[in-house]
Amino acid sequence: MAKTFTQEFVKGLWEEIPPFRLVLGLCPVLGVTTTMENGIGMGLATTFVLLCSNILVASLRNIIPPKVRIACFIIIIATFGIVVELLMQAYTYPLFLKLGVFIPLIVVNCIVLGRAEAFAYKNGILPSIADGLGIGIGFTLSLAALGGLREIIGPGTFYGASVFGPSFEPFTFMVQAPGAFVGLGLMLCIMNLAGSK
Amino acid sequence: MGYFEIIISTIFVNNILLAQFLGNCPFLGTSKKMETAVGMSMAVIFVLVLAGIITWILYAFILASAGLVYLRTIAFILVIASLVQFVEMFLKKSIPALYAGLGIFLPLITTNCAVMGACVLNIDQELTFMQALVASFGYAVGFGIALILFAGVRERIMLARVPQPLRDTSIGLVTAGIISLTFFAFKGMV
Repeated sequence: MAKTFTQEFVKGLWEEIPPFRLVLGLCPVLGVTTTMENGIGMGLATTFVLLCSNILVASLRNIIPPKVRIACFIIIIATFGIVVELLMQAYTYPLFLKLGVFIPLIVVNCIVLGRAEAFAYKNGILPSIADGLGIGIGFTLSLAALGGLREIIGPGTFYGASVFGPSFEPFTFMVQAPGAFVGLGLMLCIMNLAGSK
Repeated sequence: MGYFEIIISTIFVNNILLAQFLGNCPFLGTSKKMETAVGMSMAVIFVLVLAGIITWILYAFILASAGLVYLRTIAFILVIASLVQFVEMFLKKSIPALYAGLGIFLPLITTNCAVMGACVLNIDQELTFMQALVASFGYAVGFGIALILFAGVRERIMLARVPQPLRDTSIGLVTAGIISLTFFAFKGMV
C-alpha cells in the first residue's frame, strides 16, 4: 500500500473512474447531464463534498467506533452536503435551480459513502485527499463528457455556443430521459472497448 | 391536484426511475433476477410511504416552525436511516416471514436516492399531508413497476448473445432507455 500521492490521484482518472469503472452514483449522472455546464457544476459540487468528507473521515478514523461508522459517515457527508447546497444557493443561483433536487441528493450519492467506507476509513489524510480529488475530478470529467455529448447531439450546442449552425434540427431524444440512459450505456460500451485492449 | 391525478402522475408520467432518474443504483443492481427485483420493490414501497409521512411531519411541524429549514438534508437522511433500522428490528421481531423476504434489501434502502428524493420533492412541491402520502405511495409503486418490468426484460437478455463490450450494465442502460421511451407515451396525460 505504498502508493504515492500522484498514483492515488491518477487512479481516479482512469483505473477507477466513476461511474464507468465504479458503477455507482448513477442518479446525478443521468439526471443533470442535459448540458455540459450542468454536468461540470454537479461534478464540482460532488468533488467538494467528497474531498471534505474524505479528509474528515480520514482524520477521525481512529475515533469513530467501527459499529456506528456508517451513521457517522452519513452525518459528516450530510453536513458538507448542506454546506455545498447553501454555497450554491448564494453564489450560483441559476445553476442551483437547474440542478434542483440533485443537490440535496449528493448526500445519498453512493460514491461519496463508498469512498469514505472503502478508502478514507482505512488510510491517512494525505492519501485520502488524493483519492477524493482523483475520484471527484474523474467524476466531473465523466459528467462533462456525457453532458457534452448530449448537448452536442441534442440541441446542437457546445457550452451554449451553436455547433452545427442554424439549420440544425434539435434531436430532443438525447435531451430527455431515454437519451440519458442510452448515451450512458453506449459510453460505457466504448469505455469497455478501450479498456479491453 | 386531485388524488387520482397525483397517483397517475407519480406512477407513470413522472416515474421516479425512468423520468426523474432517482434510485438508479438499486435499479441496475437488483434487476438481474426477478426475485430480488420483487423484494426490493416491496421494501421500497414499505419504507418510502413511511419516510414520506414522517419527513413531511418533521418538516412542517419542527423544521419550518423553528426556522431550521436549512437542516433539511441532514434531518431527512437521519430520519430515513433510523427508520430503516427501526423497521428492520420491528419486522425481525414481529413479522419474520416478511423480514426474511426483504432480506438484504432493507439496509440498502438507506442510500437509495429514490426515498430521499421523493421526500424532498414532496416538500419542494408544497404538497399537503394527504397529497404527500398519496404521492409517496405513487412514487413507490412506480419504482416497483419499473423495476419489475426491467427485471423481466433483463432476464431475457441474459439468454441472448450480447457483444462483449456491451454486456451487463451497458446493455442494461440501453434497455432502460428504451423502457423509459415507452413511458413517454404517458406524457401530457396529467
